[in-house]
Amino acid sequence: MNSPKISVIVVSNNRESLQMAAMVASVGAVSGHQVTVFLSMNALRYFVVGQDPPAAPAAGHFGELLESRNAPSFLSLFEQAAELGEAKIHPCSMAMDLLGLKPEDLRPYVQAPLGLTRFLDDATGAQVWSF
Amino acid sequence: MSEKKIIDARGTFCPGPLMELIAGIKQSEVGALIEVLSSDEGSANDIPEWVAKVGHELVSNTQSDGAWRIVVRKTK
Repeated sequence: MNSPKISVIVVSNNRESLQMAAMVASVGAVSGHQVTVFLSMNALRYFVVGQDPPAAPAAGHFGELLESRNAPSFLSLFEQAAELGEAKIHPCSMAMDLLGLKPEDLRPYVQAPLGLTRFLDDATGAQVWSF
Repeated sequence: MSEKKIIDARGTFCPGPLMELIAGIKQSEVGALIEVLSSDEGSANDIPEWVAKVGHELVSNTQSDGAWRIVVRKTK
């Protein structure tokens, strides 16, 4: 595939960062980019099915605005990135191990766990964004 | 005769209207017209950029009563 690549590393638990990551992933994916998302650290728990983590903390005034206005949720944007733009969204295998998660514990659009070595290899030549 | 689908995305913010437009395009036949209504000025600027980038046709982009009406023809 010759389309340009975007790799998005998502580690934050705050709404501002998660929203920006989701926006980059979704708009990138529907605009002809080959998007790979790597979910790790504090971001991963929001992608667990059947758990109801506390709402992502706002982080700042803009995060509060996102909550009070009708902005699309970061979870719906990640789902649209996968379904409309064929973004590949992977959990970090280390974070999966630490949290004791199995692939079936995650939202259905999240693909198989990925190690950092493979992710970095896939990111060769890509724009890399970290949130 | 082309069908025309209207997507009312007023009240949501970028990239909501764009993503709703794309979902509508995916469900439409080639040649179909899709009109998205947006109250978000950022989306009114961004949607034509996306249409040009991916190669669909921007038929019109007008503003009235605080909303933008962007009409796109699916070309592929």
